[in-house]
Amino acid sequence: MSLKVLVGCKRVIDYAVKIRVRPDKLGVVTEGVKHSMNPFDEIAVEEAIRLREAKKAKEVVVVSCGIAQAKETLRTALAMGADRAILVELSPKEYEIMTPAHVSKILAAVAKMEGSDLIILGKQAIDDDCNATAQMTAAHLDWPQATSASKVEVTDAGLTVTREVDGGLEVITTQLPAVVSADLRLNEPRYATLPNIMKAKKKKMTTLSLSDVGVELKEHQTVVSVEEPPVRSAGIKVKDVDSLIAALKQAGRI
Amino acid sequence: LPRFTVFCRKSSNMASIYRLLNRKILQQLVQSVYKNGYRSTVCSSHLAAQQQRRSCSTASGSIHPLPLTMLSEEETMMKDMVRKFGEEKVAPLVSSMDEAGIMDDGILQALFDNGLMSIETTPEYGGSGFTFFASILAIEELARFCPSVSVLCDLQNTLLNTIFTRLGTEQQKQKYLPKLAAEYTGSFCLSEAESGSDAFALRTTAIKQPDGTYLMNGTKMWISSASHSGVFLVMANVDPTKGYKGITCFIVDAGTPGLTVGKKENKLGLRASSTCEVNFDNVKVDASGVLGEVGKGYKYAIEMLNEGRIGIGAQMVGLSQGCLDATVPYLHQRRQFQQPLYGFQAVQHAVANMAMEIEAARLLVYNSARLQQARQP
Repeated sequence: MSLKVLVGCKRVIDYAVKIRVRPDKLGVVTEGVKHSMNPFDEIAVEEAIRLREAKKAKEVVVVSCGIAQAKETLRTALAMGADRAILVELSPKEYEIMTPAHVSKILAAVAKMEGSDLIILGKQAIDDDCNATAQMTAAHLDWPQATSASKVEVTDAGLTVTREVDGGLEVITTQLPAVVSADLRLNEPRYATLPNIMKAKKKKMTTLSLSDVGVELKEHQTVVSVEEPPVRSAGIKVKDVDSLIAALKQAGRI
Repeated sequence: LPRFTVFCRKSSNMASIYRLLNRKILQQLVQSVYKNGYRSTVCSSHLAAQQQRRSCSTASGSIHPLPLTMLSEEETMMKDMVRKFGEEKVAPLVSSMDEAGIMDDGILQALFDNGLMSIETTPEYGGSGFTFFASILAIEELARFCPSVSVLCDLQNTLLNTIFTRLGTEQQKQKYLPKLAAEYTGSFCLSEAESGSDAFALRTTAIKQPDGTYLMNGTKMWISSASHSGVFLVMANVDPTKGYKGITCFIVDAGTPGLTVGKKENKLGLRASSTCEVNFDNVKVDASGVLGEVGKGYKYAIEMLNEGRIGIGAQMVGLSQGCLDATVPYLHQRRQFQQPLYGFQAVQHAVANMAMEIEAARLLVYNSARLQQARQP
C-alpha cells in the first residue's frame, strides 16, 4: 500500500487576528493583515505526513488554489514535511469570486493529473466556514468521502475512518481512492523544525493556471453585504422564577 | 561573486594586472547580462553571500537595501515557528518553572528537536546552516515568553556552537557539534569568585604534566546551564607566571573524575536557568582537550563574548516586548476613576514611550547582528 496523497491548503487570515469589516461592506480587511495556513489544513498535512512516515503513503503533494501569496502557505507545508507543492494561481479578482464549487473542480482536475489515491482536506476554512469542498470534490471524482474525520486507518481493503458526528462517533469503511476531510481531533500538527524550514527552499513548487487544469471560473454568487455581528445588548436580571416566566411571556418566547 | 585566477608574467606591473582583471570582470558581467538579464546581474553581484534578499532593484536597476526589520521567507517561517512554540509550549510552564527554579525537560528537548540549539551549525555537523541573524530572531522571540529559555538558546548558539565551529579541530567538531545540536547543552566557564569583570585575574590552573596531560584545579562560579550540560569549556591558566597570556581554553566532558557541579544558586530572576558553582579537583585533561591555541584563551574569550552580547541584547528586547504585550491588554481592562487606565493620556504617553524605546533597541540589535554577519565592526 503506497499511496499518493494530495492535501489541500488554504491561505486564510490568521485565527488570532481581530477581523474588521471593509468600509465598502463587501468583505473583510485583508491588506496588511497576518495570514497563515487554515488550521484544519495543518491537521490534514500532518495526517498525510504521518501516513508517509508509517510507510502507507509514498508521496505527499500539497496544493493550494489562490493568489501568488499562497506560495508562503505552501512553503510552510513543505517545511512541515510535504514533498512537493502545486499552486493553482488565480488573479485577485478571480480569487474574490472563488467558492468551494470552483475549488472542488480544480482539486479534482489536479488529483487526476497527479494520479492521487487519497485526498485529505481540512474540514472547513476558518474564513468562510463552508464545509463543502471535500464533499464536492468527492462528487466530481465519483469517489467515496469520509468527512469530519477524527481517526484514519489505512487497511488492505481501503480506509477505516472514525467520524465525529452530532450523535457521537461513527466508524465507516471506504474503498480507495477516497476523499477525507480532517476534523480538529484528528492529530496535533507538528512544528516546522528549523532543518526542515531550510530544506523547504529546495523542494519543488509548480505553478499552474486555470487553463492548465481545464477549469473556468464563472461567478456563481454575489456578496450582497458583510456586516459586523450586532453588539450584544445587556441582559435583564430577574429576582425569582415567577418574574422570569413573566418576562419570557412578555418577550413572546413562551 | 566571480572569482579569478590571474596568471601573469613576472614583468607585469600592478597596472597591467588591474587592466587584465577589469577586462575579465567586464567579460563576466557582459556574459551574465546576456544570460540572466541586467537586473539579476546587478543584484547578484551586489548581494553579500550570507545575506538573502537584503536589497532589491528598482526600475532603473539601482540597488536599495531593505529595511532592517524586513525578513526573508525562511527567517519569517522560523520566527513564526518559535512564536507558536513559545505560545503553546513555553508560556503555560513559565510560572511553574520560575517557582521551582528548574528548566522543564520537555521544553529543553523540544528546543533540540526543533533545531533551535544548532541554528548556525552546518548540516554536516547536525545543524540547520542558518545565519547569526536567525539566531538573534529566535532568541528574541523566545524571550517574549521566558528569558531563561531564551538565554539557554542564546548561550548554546552564539557562544558554545560558535567557539567550537571557529576554533575546533575537525576531530573536536565531529565529536561535540552534533551532540550540542541534539543531545546536551554546554557551559562556558570563565567567571570565578574573585574574577568577574576582571576576567583575566582568574585563578583556575591547568598545569602541564610530564605525560603531556594537564591537571586542572580551581572553582568556577555562576556557570549557566551547568546542572544539565554535557560539556564544559573551561578557561584555565597553564602558566600563572605569564599572567593572562597563559589562559587557555579547555574542553572537559561532564562526568570527568574531579569535576563536580555544585548547588544551584537561588536567584531572583532567570530562575529556570541553572547557575551553579563548578569545581575542578585534580581533573586530568588530555592535550587533545585544548581548544584553539595554548595561551590564546583571553583573546578567544573577548571575541566570542562580544558576539554573545548581541544575543543578550536580543533577549532583552524580546523580554521587554513580552512585558509590554502583557501589560497593554490589562490597561484596557483595569478601571479606576470610572475609566480604563488606558484612557488616561499620561498612561498612553508612557506606553508610547516604551514602545518606541523597545523598537529603537530592536533596531540597534538587528543592525549589530547584520554588521556582525557582514564582518563589519
